[in-house]
Amino acid sequence: MISIDPIAKQVMIRDGLNTFPDECCGFFYGEEDSVGNRIVKEILVVNNTKEGDRRRRFEISPKDYLRGEQFASQRNLQLLGVYHSHPNHPAIPSEQDRIAAQPYFSYIIISVLDNNTTHMRSWRLNDSFQFEEEEINSNIFQNH
Amino acid sequence: MATVIIPTPLRKFTNNTAKIDINAETIEETVRELTLNFPDLKKHLLDEKGQIRSFINIFVGDNDIRDLQQEKTSVKKDTLISIVPAIAGGR
Repeated sequence: MISIDPIAKQVMIRDGLNTFPDECCGFFYGEEDSVGNRIVKEILVVNNTKEGDRRRRFEISPKDYLRGEQFASQRNLQLLGVYHSHPNHPAIPSEQDRIAAQPYFSYIIISVLDNNTTHMRSWRLNDSFQFEEEEINSNIFQNH
Repeated sequence: MATVIIPTPLRKFTNNTAKIDINAETIEETVRELTLNFPDLKKHLLDEKGQIRSFINIFVGDNDIRDLQQEKTSVKKDTLISIVPAIAGGR
């Protein structure tokens, strides 16, 4: 299960809307408990450096990846995963997403439609290198 | 000894260790030592042919080994080696 701070969630959604019709991308940070439940607290927005069709593909440069790792160390937070958007497409990982996916990371996908509707889902690779959906828990932050 | 920085997603295969000192003279030797010490790391670093996976970048200092001498790139005692997963995808 993954819980997302409302402000962090807004940052990702806004990035998806602002970058539309291209794909946005970035890192998210937080904490993980002993049974693997995650809390997302901070976001680092990075540029989609994919050369070519950024409406269908994203890429994060090695330089930005190293910056993403440093951000975690500096804030004493765990780098929990990568988010990106699927413009005019469901928030379901593609084969392209699966091939490049790393173990351990959560992959948050934001579907962004023409009418500014957004939908967010989270996925993680299992030991067979297949994606499994990770439930997003919105309740944890409701009373804060 | 050269120091290898392990990226977050691969640390579960290195007992959550982020920095590992390796006694090696090339990247090839470094990777071999790493995978001998941490066998679960192997399938994430190397493909079926034993080559470094296409979605794994290895940097010596600020330079991608693809721009140097690939796996034959030499490393020194004070070399910092970063394993950088390629982050990409799309709909």
